[in-house]
Parts: sequence; C-alpha cells; structure tokens
Amino acid sequence: MKEFGYERAADVSGALALLDADPDARFLGGGTNLVDLMKTGVERPARLVDVRELPLDRIESTEDGGLHIGATVTNSDLAAHPDVRRRYPALTQAVLAGASGQLRNMATVGGNLLQRTRCGYFADVSKPCNKRVPGSGCPAIEGEHHNHAILGASDHCVATHPSDLGVALAAFDAVVSYETTDGPGELPLTDLYLPVGDTPHLETALPPGALITGVTLPPAPAGAVSRYRKVRERASYAFAIGSIAAALDVRDGVVHEVRLAFGAVASRPWRARAAEAALTGGPVDAAAFAAAADAELAAAEPLPHNGYKVTLMRNLVVAVLSELAEEAAR
Amino acid sequence: MATAPPSTYSAVTLNINGEKHTLTVDHRTTLLDALRERLDMTGTKKGCDQGQCGACTVLLDKRRAVACLQLAVAAEGREITTIEGVAEGDRLHPVQQAFLDLDGYQCGYCTPGQICSAVAVIEEHAAGWPSAATDDVRPEAGPPPLTAEEIRERMSGNLCRCGAYVSIVQAVARAAEADARAAQDAPDTQGAPAAQGTEHEGAAA
Repeated sequence: MKEFGYERAADVSGALALLDADPDARFLGGGTNLVDLMKTGVERPARLVDVRELPLDRIESTEDGGLHIGATVTNSDLAAHPDVRRRYPALTQAVLAGASGQLRNMATVGGNLLQRTRCGYFADVSKPCNKRVPGSGCPAIEGEHHNHAILGASDHCVATHPSDLGVALAAFDAVVSYETTDGPGELPLTDLYLPVGDTPHLETALPPGALITGVTLPPAPAGAVSRYRKVRERASYAFAIGSIAAALDVRDGVVHEVRLAFGAVASRPWRARAAEAALTGGPVDAAAFAAAADAELAAAEPLPHNGYKVTLMRNLVVAVLSELAEEAAR
Repeated sequence: MATAPPSTYSAVTLNINGEKHTLTVDHRTTLLDALRERLDMTGTKKGCDQGQCGACTVLLDKRRAVACLQLAVAAEGREITTIEGVAEGDRLHPVQQAFLDLDGYQCGYCTPGQICSAVAVIEEHAAGWPSAATDDVRPEAGPPPLTAEEIRERMSGNLCRCGAYVSIVQAVARAAEADARAAQDAPDTQGAPAAQGTEHEGAAA
C-alpha cells in the first residue's frame, strides 16, 4: 500500500476544504471498499479525509411523507430503521441482501453508492482495464465475464455496479444530495452514474471534490407493496448475478403504478422504464409481466458467457411481480 | 498550488477491552495488524485480510466489524472489544461456553471471529433487527424467531474451512436462548445494540 496522510473532518465544510487542497485526496467512509482497493494498489490516494463521524447520520421523515437518509448512516442502521422497514421494505431487503453483518455495520450509504465494480480485471493491477487505466483495454470482453453487464455496456467496459442498496433506491426515485466548495447540488440517483461509452473511468456526474451528504426518498407509491430479490451463486454473502427491486400498486384489477429496477446487469442500478411503461394500465398477470420484461430486455447485448442473465432477469420480473400481485390482493 | 506532503503516521490512543493503548502508527496499519503485531493481542486472527472471511471480527462500539478493513488511525475514539475482552475475568461469556460445550469448531482458527460475531448477532436479534432470511421485515411483524436459517444467514460473514457450521449454529442458538432467559429475568437490561449507548448486560449474565 502506498503511504498516505490521514485527517478526520469535523464538519462538511472542513471536509470539502481538505479535499479541495489536495487533488490526490479521497474521502474515507466505512472503508470496506476503499481500504481493500488500497491494499491491492487499485486506489493510491495521497491523503484520506475521514468523513465517517460527520453529523450526517440521521434518518428523518420529510414534510411530504418521504424520508431523508444521511450519507454516513450505516447500512445496518438503514436496514433496521422502522420507517424504512414499514414504508420501503424493498430497501431494507436490498441492504440485508448485501455483504455481511460486519460489513453492513461499517459501510455507509454514501460510500455504498460510490463503491467500485468487483470486475476481476479492474481489481488486478497486473491486467489491462479501461476503467482503471483508460485506453489499456478490456480483457473481460474476451475473457471471464459470466457476471458482467448485459445492458448499457460498451466495447470499452462491461463491468457492473455491485450495489444492492442502489437498486432499491433507483426503484424508489431517490435523489442524491451533495455539497461542494461552490455550494450544494442534487441528482436523481438514476442520473448519478454516467453512461459507459468510451469513458468507463468517468463513473459519476458528481462535480470534482463533491461530498455526498444524503439521499432523499419521495413518498413510496401509495398502496404499493415492494420487494427485493437477489440471485447469487451461494445462499448468502455474495454479490448478485441478478437482482430486482419492484413495487406494485394494483387498483381495480389493473396496474396503477409499478417500479422496477435491476441489479448486476449494468454499470449502474438499472431502472427498467420500458418494462414499467409496458405494464402501467395493463392487466396483472404473468403474460403481461413476461411481455414487459421482454420489452426491457430487448436492448440486452449479452456476451458469450452471460446470456443466462437475460433469462434470469425475465424470470425474476415474472416471479417477483406475481408475488407482489398476490400480496396486493390480500 | 503545491500541497506539502502529508505526514504518513500518527500517534493514536486505542481503547481496547477497557484499556487505553497509545502508539504511533503508520496510517496504512489496519486495526488487525495493530492488535496482532504491535499490541501482542493475537486472539484476533488474520484470514483473508480482505473482508471476506470474518476471522478478524471484533466489536467496535459494541457492533461487529472486520478489523482487516478498519484503519487503526480511524479507530481512535471507538470502544474496541476483542476476543480477549469478551469474558468476565475467569468466567467465560455464554457464547464462549456454548462453543466449548457443543464443539463449535475444529481447528479453532476462525473461532475468535465466530464468537465475537455471535455475541453481536444475539444482540442484533434481541433488538429486533431483521435479516435477509426474515420473510416479513416490517416492524409490525415483530422479531423473527431465531431459527437455524436465521442464524446461518446472520453468521454468513464468518467462514469456517473445517465446516463446523452444524455445531456453530447449535452453539449460537443455545447462547441466544440463555441470553433471552437472562433478559426475561431482568427486563430493564434489554436494549438496542450500541445505537443509543444503552448497556446490554444480558449477554454477560
């Protein structure tokens, strides 16, 4: 690991100033991803600005009936919060499906959104990787890619975003707030991540030096039931090979409102708007669910070894929406 | 504007098992390496050193964490409990006793991490936290019974290469039952794990 300086920020403006003063500085939250990447040399910051103790650790109801989640709230506290469990159960389920009890106690909401891909080529500094070293190539396209992207990828990078939390946040229309030395800003979570294109090393639309301060959820769709389901290669403590966050509001036997987001299929949490459009106002049955999944997955461009994900996601859409329809009918 | 190179080491005071230890650490030092290599507290084990096996599990402010991804310098000010601090003097913690009584190990290397993790699992469950194995996570559904499936899910961050999982699950279940009985006998002591700084003494009873 490269040597680095360490400073603990006392407040948000202090954190921003410390980062602004050193272009090679990085914010440190729970450290569960950054410290790991520093050990392998993928990340080589000159200085860490520890933001874990900033006063951004609260979960509060907003005036319109939504929820504001501070950036330093741990994954554990988010998942256990009664309002999250009551109003956004798919969010609790998504967080609990990720990592382990130990890591959820350490990891923060802000850090979760900015975690890096778990692509094996990205993690191995002896290999080329366009995300890590722009222009060096993408060995995954010809190599090991059974858990890589099927949607929104490019000839330059096929890595996926590994967050479970982000998938549920995308489904619930979360908005990310941040601060910079020039003032605050916000971005819908679905716009936080940039399209891959030929610049996979540019991952987010945050201005340089920005600090994520929180995430705001608008009220959950009225009357909706929600669920997160994750498929992985062992029963627990593994990254997804495919996941889905879904919320469904059925009225008078038709789909009044539906939210769908996919995980582990793209460089960002993938909001399935084509599927939502196909479902809205239509019947609540498996054929309609499958047709909606097909509408979304028509854009899929699987590689030789990850075509199973198209089938997997189609089946997940049908299964989870069918379960939610049953739950809504109770 | 050129930035002066930052200092790459700091003097830190770590509060471990109720005792303060002051030492100068290179910032690259993890809490795991500080414990083992600097403070001769070798009960905490190094397995994968990348947050995947749980052998280095300790409690930070009463919550379980992996010491291999925790920088020592960033642990200053936190209450650190290692396997050396789990027992009360010569009296084993009920989780330790249950692992002994039910053979919750084979080679023993993962055991300190398993025990620290289990101590926290029991507190998390007592506080009503759901898990990925919980069918209905809404608070109205109440805390899920601590079934074998719940224990396996909650302990999934601790790997055991010997495969002693069957008896580990039994040991955690037995310790949790003892904890629930103790909490019933002294209802005032039951509280959320660490969050509000409430003492949870049930596990030590």
